[in-house]
Amino acid sequence: MVSDTSRLGFYLLLAPILLWLVLLIILPHVGLFVVSISEKIGPREYETGFDNYAAFFTEPLYWRTFARTAIMSILATALTLILGFPIAYYIAKLTRGRTKTTLFLMCMIPFWVSELVRTFGWMILLRETGVFSNVLQYLGVVSGPVEMLYNDAAIMVGLVYTSILFMVVPLVTTLDSLDDSLIEAGYDLGGTSTSILREIVIPHAMPGIVSGCIVVFMLSLGNYLTPILLGGKDSLWFTGMIYTQFITRFNWELGSAFGFLLLALSSFVVFLGLKLSGQSLSETMGRS
Amino acid sequence: MLRGDLLTVPQPDLVCQDLTKDFDSFRAVDHVSFDVPQGSFFSILGPSGCGKTTLLRMIAGFQSPTGGDLRIKGKSMIGVPPNKRPVSMVFQHLALFPTMNIGDNVGFGLRQRGVAKAEIKTRVGEVLERVGLPGVSARRVDQLSGGQKQRVAIARCMVLEPDVLLLDEPLGALDLKLREHMKVEMKSLQAAFNTTFVYITHDQSEALVMSDNIAVMNNGRFEQIGTPHEVYHAPSTAFVAGFVGEANKVTAKVSAMRGQHVKLISDAGTEMIVDTPQTGLDVGTWAEVFLRPEIIALGPANDDEGMNVQLGTVESVLFNGANSTVTVKDKTGSLMNVALPQTGAFANLRKGDAVVTHWDPRHARCYPVGS
Repeated sequence: MVSDTSRLGFYLLLAPILLWLVLLIILPHVGLFVVSISEKIGPREYETGFDNYAAFFTEPLYWRTFARTAIMSILATALTLILGFPIAYYIAKLTRGRTKTTLFLMCMIPFWVSELVRTFGWMILLRETGVFSNVLQYLGVVSGPVEMLYNDAAIMVGLVYTSILFMVVPLVTTLDSLDDSLIEAGYDLGGTSTSILREIVIPHAMPGIVSGCIVVFMLSLGNYLTPILLGGKDSLWFTGMIYTQFITRFNWELGSAFGFLLLALSSFVVFLGLKLSGQSLSETMGRS
Repeated sequence: MLRGDLLTVPQPDLVCQDLTKDFDSFRAVDHVSFDVPQGSFFSILGPSGCGKTTLLRMIAGFQSPTGGDLRIKGKSMIGVPPNKRPVSMVFQHLALFPTMNIGDNVGFGLRQRGVAKAEIKTRVGEVLERVGLPGVSARRVDQLSGGQKQRVAIARCMVLEPDVLLLDEPLGALDLKLREHMKVEMKSLQAAFNTTFVYITHDQSEALVMSDNIAVMNNGRFEQIGTPHEVYHAPSTAFVAGFVGEANKVTAKVSAMRGQHVKLISDAGTEMIVDTPQTGLDVGTWAEVFLRPEIIALGPANDDEGMNVQLGTVESVLFNGANSTVTVKDKTGSLMNVALPQTGAFANLRKGDAVVTHWDPRHARCYPVGS
């Protein structure tokens, strides 16, 4: 009797996550996969085959766009890490009590505003008639208006800004758990700031670094709004390409294949990153 | 001539002169001066919050003193960062690096000095052997027991051959049996390495067992510096008498004085005679009298002449093996802890039994109140 009730409770608790997984992750992917392996050979005539996947590799624009997206995302991840680490270290190790909570909250507050609004904020700053351009003209640094939008640097700024929170939070958590006496012991044994960072702080923070990097990389790779708005029409972001196939060209078959390739290739990049840094996914997720 | 004298006097490894540390308005360490000769085991004993950790952190270099001087092997350490000082510290929770194996932990300091890899390996092997843990280099930190971690932490410091080794209550986290064992081991390691140890603790038995010299610290000041024997048997202040070892404390008023003989009456009305060289006492002043449980004997005295004899009843018996005590209530109602002789006599004492207590006036300690 007791075991029956507890089993019922177990299934009730499991139900939402199962529904979520099946309805929103597995089912759409099965659908996508079915669509992606059908080739259009005539009006309303379809055949099963992998031509859509082949198109990705034979048409240089497609895979170059993907490579560009992946490389820019990796770069954005690296930049986010470089910017986020000192912030996280400062919050976790050099502040305590109220200051810590306030700083942490200040990192979060921008994320209460929709991503669209935040991106428009960047546009107001960077556009030809925007704040930066006007300030530069007022200071006499430049003679005419400067366009700072619609280039790769603008995309990069937007990506780093959107994802930095997802780097800072896991890093603060792992750095918080680093005992101060370990750092002191490092100094006491003759270590310098650099060697302590390299031998004590970074190895300890590795799970946080890895999980932060995975999340930021995935977010950047799958980001649509930021590259399109800040990079303009020529941003050539892979998600933009999927959108074009589905909406502009009504080529759901190729779009589905792209969607699948994005999943497969991003998983591959994460796998490669884990192998190169010598971390395992279960260990990383379990510890942080 | 003077120069020759200076050369023959061995220089102490560590000298602190008027060392002071203020935190805002709070003075954590208040004009502390002491020196520790080479190769000795020096303990700083005090209750929590007495400033001993601050003092140790100043020696290690994690905190800079507000005033005074600190010299190691004759060189002033003021303004020298912790990684440039010839001292090493064993932390309270040892602070072994969990991301490294034992060999890398012990070799950390040598790597920082740029010692060649092959030499690091041999020196790490040697020092691990000296602490009795040969061949553990490849193991992870969490594969060692508490006592083994302790020895690794000491090895990690000793491999750097520091002039002074600082230890911040490293035995606190161990269970009782292991702690007793490590006390002996720590002392023998210190003798084997012949390095100066500065050990801070709130546990008097650790300090008494291991040290060559003990400084008893309270409220940021040193109350007394002396050998364990002196600190236990000749405490120089009321705080030391009460903090080190067990003692019955009686507050009493001086009613008569004749040389070193002082006659007192406690607040409960018990009369007693104490022999004390203590100055500052006068007829009519209040004093605190400390009586160790082991100086009070039970049963009629052979020679009552000059002894403090009291009749009382047993209030409770606290059996604790060789450290068994009884609480005796005298006719005024005040309680007194009395150690039972280790011969097993009086083993049959029960609550309510009538007993006679007596103690020698020379064995009591007496301090003016407010000293």
